[in-house]
Amino acid sequence: MAIVVLPPALRAAVEGSERVQVKAENIRELMSTLRERFPLLEETLDAGPAVSIDGEIIADPFLEKLEPDSEVHFLPQIGGG
Amino acid sequence: MAKTHVITEVNGEEAEFLCEPGQTLLETLRDELNLTGTKEGCGTGDCGACSVMLDGRLVCSCLVLSPEVDGRKLETIEGVADGEKLHPIQQKFLEHAALQCGVCTPGFVVATKALLEKNPDPTEEETRYWLAGNLCRCTGYDKIIRAVLDAAAELRGEA
Amino acid sequence: MSEKKLKYVGTRPIRHDGVDKVLGKANFGADLNLPGMLHGKILRSPHAHAKIISINTAKAEALDGVLAVITGDDFPPPPSGKGSVEGPQDFGDMARNVMAREKALYTGHAIAAVAATTTRIAEIALKAIEVEYEVLEPVMTLERALAPDAPILHEEMRAKGEEPLPEGPTNVATRTVMGFGDVDEGFSSADVVVEREFTTETVHQGYIEPHAVVARSISDGRAEVYCCTQGQFMVRKYCSKVLDMDPTQIKVTASEIGGGFGGKTVVYAEPVSIVLARKSGRPVKIVMSREEVFIATGPTSGSHIRVKIGVKNDGTITAADATLNYEAGAFKGSPVMAGMMTIFSPYRMDHVRIEGFDVVVNKPKVAAYRAPGAPMAAFATEGVMDELASQLGMDPVDLRLVNAVKEGDTAAYGPKFKVHGFIDTLQAVKNHPHYKAPLGPNQGRGIACGFWFNAGMQSSANVILNEDGNATVVTGNPDIGGSRTSMALMAAEELGIPVDKIRPVVADTESVGYSDLTGGSRVTFATGMAVVEAAKDVVRQLRERAAQTWDVSVDDVEWRDGHAVAMNGHADDHEPLSVAALAGSAAKTGGPISGRASLNARGPGPGFATHICDVEVDKETGRVSVLRYTAVQDVGRAIHPSYVEGQMQGGAVQGIGWALNEAYMYDEKGKLQNPSFLDYRMPVASDMPMIDTVIVEVPNPTHPYGVRGVGETPIVPPLPAVAHAVNQATGVRFRSLPISPPRVLAALDD
Ligand code: FES
Ligand code: FES
Repeated sequence: MAIVVLPPALRAAVEGSERVQVKAENIRELMSTLRERFPLLEETLDAGPAVSIDGEIIADPFLEKLEPDSEVHFLPQIGGG
Repeated sequence: MAKTHVITEVNGEEAEFLCEPGQTLLETLRDELNLTGTKEGCGTGDCGACSVMLDGRLVCSCLVLSPEVDGRKLETIEGVADGEKLHPIQQKFLEHAALQCGVCTPGFVVATKALLEKNPDPTEEETRYWLAGNLCRCTGYDKIIRAVLDAAAELRGEA
Repeated sequence: MSEKKLKYVGTRPIRHDGVDKVLGKANFGADLNLPGMLHGKILRSPHAHAKIISINTAKAEALDGVLAVITGDDFPPPPSGKGSVEGPQDFGDMARNVMAREKALYTGHAIAAVAATTTRIAEIALKAIEVEYEVLEPVMTLERALAPDAPILHEEMRAKGEEPLPEGPTNVATRTVMGFGDVDEGFSSADVVVEREFTTETVHQGYIEPHAVVARSISDGRAEVYCCTQGQFMVRKYCSKVLDMDPTQIKVTASEIGGGFGGKTVVYAEPVSIVLARKSGRPVKIVMSREEVFIATGPTSGSHIRVKIGVKNDGTITAADATLNYEAGAFKGSPVMAGMMTIFSPYRMDHVRIEGFDVVVNKPKVAAYRAPGAPMAAFATEGVMDELASQLGMDPVDLRLVNAVKEGDTAAYGPKFKVHGFIDTLQAVKNHPHYKAPLGPNQGRGIACGFWFNAGMQSSANVILNEDGNATVVTGNPDIGGSRTSMALMAAEELGIPVDKIRPVVADTESVGYSDLTGGSRVTFATGMAVVEAAKDVVRQLRERAAQTWDVSVDDVEWRDGHAVAMNGHADDHEPLSVAALAGSAAKTGGPISGRASLNARGPGPGFATHICDVEVDKETGRVSVLRYTAVQDVGRAIHPSYVEGQMQGGAVQGIGWALNEAYMYDEKGKLQNPSFLDYRMPVASDMPMIDTVIVEVPNPTHPYGVRGVGETPIVPPLPAVAHAVNQATGVRFRSLPISPPRVLAALDD
């Protein structure tokens, strides 16, 4: 089960928890499971966030593989110079 | 508007052109004579990207009016190398990685040549003050100054 | 990671594009002229905030030599709804920034444009355009923007983000909060707490080459664009959004680029020149003046930041709290998020709270500038850390060492760090002779740290083996500081042929696969990864060709130092075959050989730096001189060490300029008072000492050669490092930049 860690602003959308466990092999699965379980997350997920998987930031996540204990964070897209 | 007829020498060859009275030498070099090696960074004499030699004197070509060069001698970046053979200043800029984007480089090369013709053995401080009219935003000047000092040593036959 | 000894990577060859550049032969944005080409000029708003009541172009159009005049009406409606926002880019705002519609939102905002046979006629035509404005009060500071009675830039804008939010029309675009733990609890267990406020002014990237573009309209509504940009694919995409075209209707060729530092990551004149070219039926060139660059292109945010940090007597941080306000300029989208995500990231903490506001003001819309958002955040955090160190009587490096994040520690923005060399940079500073060198009177020394994420993203590369055994490396990333040669070095290492036998090429949008722009310190990392993969593809084919030639299995062929070598008992039967031999016989063994790779690179690896700065303060004039400067950075692996040093030196000097002199100065009407290099004072050679560099190499495990991004981190530490040095020299803590002579004198008088 991958662990999604949510910032304070998003916790209300997942019934107040800081971490939710999601069974998913990649980010696409994780996103669609999250959408089903927590419809309030939709706006965040639609915005096309970057994610970090175990500390690695990925700008366009989709098919990125998840390990059984991967830690996933949703992050804003950061532009570089 | 009546155009002025100008005959001048550019990099050892005669050049002839018509220009408006207010037309800068920089515009003429780039747009009439197709010598685009001389760059425009500001147009107001503050960046040195447009440096050329006029009768052996270093000038910002954006501050010179084209009619003024009638009957005089110009040297631009295109005239620094001897055909395919790079001038030692150019060679040292390459060896020291003294350019990143390279848009300031023609101006620095021309200004350096003017410096070393006047003062073949400048100190670091003299070099920094001489080149203070040339802006480089990429390098922080470190490698440029090293390249100039090394080129000076080579031209003196010490390197 | 390949453990074998490297032959080319890490050497310092002369760059491939260098000879052209020292000869003046390289073609930059303004160097292209086409037959029949017209010159475009843009009419810019003289007001910082005004409604556009009417624009009359009739007189301009009637002038001899004027072939097209355009206004916002000649553009499609600004994109809205689905597809109009992508990550940080809102294409509706971008369209309005490229050409104003209802309102002028900063002095310099494009109002109309003309194309004429000469620049002089174009300039006369601009003066003949009549615009009626209803002038509004300009909003020039964060304070004014946030005041309850502030004029509103965008009536329809509502604050987004986390409650509490201002209600109704507002200049606050977003409020964001992040963090974890319980800061109140954290602060209550602290022995010392310091809380301070910091401000920085609007500053510009200051690239020496002004924006320049030539566009021509060709058959079927297609367009060709030649311009100086950090990304030809970015120009293609953004023009297609602003002009409602299919991206592939636009072909973009990137010229050589005379600096960008983030400022050439968006479009300004490019869509304008396309519309002018279309309307006039002729190619149109637009070259900005320096003044236009200052008043109408990407500065970075002015900021106000409050930071509070609590520590134990041994230096351990117990909690940290910050509020960041960043100016976005005329449209939302300041780099406040990146400021928030970097502000406490160098340090381990259990309790942290970070709040950020993105605020619109009547200044040009900010564009990315080298580690966007991070330098001002570091200025604040490092300033408080420096003060804490002196209150605790601790060496400032030691205070950092107590708290520095290690592999596995949680960053203040959430995720855990992977391996990096932050602590190595701190140790290197402690051991550096500079750190212990004696100081004279009126001199001071400061240190400070900096962090930047670095980017990965999408890149493509083709490696083409030519019939003479030389290779062409084709990528889609403009080379802004020697990256072409880094690409060639990595290809040379893989193929085993000398780097001067490789020709690196930056291709147009029709000649290579999509590549995200040159920015975020990503090219040597991500595009480099694509080059390595494409070169490996070539090596695989070369082994196959050798296997065919020898009639052995491909498993019996190894690639060694530019040669196919027969293995496993075949070695005695076959002499090794060189790249040149295999390339020469390619026609017989299956045809031309080329490799390609397209990827979305992950794991760029964080960049950390620590800088040491010595200054001397002239108490008569208030002038601060930098005497000595040392930049230490973990770069993962330096592919071409000279250009890595160059990034560290150039970034440090930009940061020093930001700290000491650079600032936009506006009058009360919102007109920029210093839009020239004379008055916007960037560092010149005589202002600077040599910039010493120490390259720390803690390889990034996700890159085949261990590369981390390098270019952005170096601008982060200088702002605080300079301020700390000035503090030691004068006893005054400067919390507002720039630390310019009048401010120093005023502070010394107090
Ligand atoms: S263009 Fe002449 S000095 Fe800048
Ligand atoms: S190398 Fe880019 S401005 Fe000097």
